Amino acid sequence: MSAQSGLSCRHAFTRTLAEIAATDPLVYAVTSDARGSVTLGDFARDYPGQFVETGIAEQNATGIAAGLALSGKNVFLCGPACFYSARAVEQVKNDIAYANANVTVLGVSGGVSYGALGSTHHSLHDIGLYRAVPNLAVVLPADYEETVAATRALAAHHGPAYVRMGRGAVPDVYEPGTCRFELGKANVLAEGNECAILACGEALSHAVGAARLLEEQGVSCSVVDVHSVKPLDRETILDVCAGARVVLTVEEHSVYGGLGGAVAELLATNRPMPMAIIGFPDEFMPAGDSSELFDFVGIRADKIAENAMRLLESVSAHGARR
Amino acid sequence: MKSIQELQDITRRVRVNLLRSIHTAGGGHTGGSLSSVDILTTLFFRTMRYSPLEKLPDRDRFILSKGHSAEGFYAVLAEAGFIPLEELWNYGTFGAMLYGHPTPKVPGVEVPTGALGHGLSIGVGMAIAAQRDQLPSRVFVLMGDGEQAEGSVWEAAMSASHYRLGNLVGIIDHNKLQISGTVDDVMTISSLRDRWSSFGWRVFEVDGNNMEQLVELFDALPTDGDTPIMVVAHTVKGKGVSFIENNPSWHHKVPSAEELQRALEELGYQTAEVNQ
Repeated sequence: MSAQSGLSCRHAFTRTLAEIAATDPLVYAVTSDARGSVTLGDFARDYPGQFVETGIAEQNATGIAAGLALSGKNVFLCGPACFYSARAVEQVKNDIAYANANVTVLGVSGGVSYGALGSTHHSLHDIGLYRAVPNLAVVLPADYEETVAATRALAAHHGPAYVRMGRGAVPDVYEPGTCRFELGKANVLAEGNECAILACGEALSHAVGAARLLEEQGVSCSVVDVHSVKPLDRETILDVCAGARVVLTVEEHSVYGGLGGAVAELLATNRPMPMAIIGFPDEFMPAGDSSELFDFVGIRADKIAENAMRLLESVSAHGARR
Repeated sequence: MKSIQELQDITRRVRVNLLRSIHTAGGGHTGGSLSSVDILTTLFFRTMRYSPLEKLPDRDRFILSKGHSAEGFYAVLAEAGFIPLEELWNYGTFGAMLYGHPTPKVPGVEVPTGALGHGLSIGVGMAIAAQRDQLPSRVFVLMGDGEQAEGSVWEAAMSASHYRLGNLVGIIDHNKLQISGTVDDVMTISSLRDRWSSFGWRVFEVDGNNMEQLVELFDALPTDGDTPIMVVAHTVKGKGVSFIENNPSWHHKVPSAEELQRALEELGYQTAEVNQ
């Protein structure tokens, strides 16, 4: 579990945002009765002049965030990903992305974080949705350290962005102080020459675990943290894939249109190669907590490794090109 | 400050130019643009503080939440010196500055609109920013009456009174018609005064096509209160051209050459005069 005392990415975000707000009065947080679920309570108490509460009204919150940004504020619009990637989509598209408003939309408790609360509260479509909106970056930090780095980078970045993170604490991928975050620049965590595993968000730790298992079985793996699904780091991804026989993507998202879709589009038009997209099937999920749902769909180190082995074997059997 | 006579002269030119731009482009929202001309003219030539040359931080802001009435807005922006008049004749052509709905590519446009029910929330955000920065800016948001059926309007309504935004002025172009018929037949909105009052707004009603009344009201609107203001402007859809007035089929009908000629004559213009 996390070396950061079991704290979630949400805590990493709000702690970092408060540090930035302490010296930058232009930084605003807007939320819609979600200060608890975002962990913005301290921010609201300490920086009331930089905090706007809208009540349970995500469309209004998004428009207000845009209006603040178009008046010079550096706005973080915060609430559950399931609402900010559904009810407020038209406002995000028009009032933020089309208007080029300097708003970072922060979707917390994304993916299947809410587990047994069911599919009203899941957001497994948000990456696919938002990466098709022009002028909107899409970012999924993988752990506490990366969330801190991403928050700092996005506060310094002028432009619309959607950031998705989960609800609970996640295992550390990065040691404290070691995470470099540059928007649109993927982090290569390991380099190998047989299997490339590309992952984002909380699925990354499972990808790292899978690579470890594969290495134990003598399979050389690359692991890439594609924290920015958009802008996509085409160069790094093509470079890593050129050195591998197969590629797997792993994400807490529908297998349609997410990181897997983005990588498939890139490879199909530049360097076709055997590929598996690991994510959530096109179904509403059964009840269960998020780790049970991860297991259910196969986002678990051993299952990812098995998937990789099968793909490698099929490539060998069919004599696919190196 | 422009006199009432000068303002009326402007409205005549604006009506002529918006009709010409719609005719030239072969598309546009004729009825709703004509109904809002007198309101826009009052705001841009009498009430609002701004410079067409630079975006001053303490400027007053205008949002056309009923973004489909873009042609009237563009004609006013041309008259106010934000854009060259010639841009109106390129309206909607490939690569043109002017789209069918306003975008910030156009000087004087603060925010893209066109999807209804967005403008007031954005205005609330701008008004909160001005309030917290203690700037004198006021924010004016022009909505349609059909737009009042959008739920997001009422989310914004609640938040404006909650935050005591005395610097926010909403205006409803209440022309009583929308694309499918009369507003109350499509979805009952009467009474707008009661609805907005109950949401904590101070409501005024005015004949939105009467320049004397508009000037009198907007000159007297309080600028230092802590209650948001809603102006219900009773207007005539298609105002200024007899055969367009109060006819729902002119929501986005385009005037033919002959209809344009008749309209210009009704507005007191000869073709040669307009082309100058």
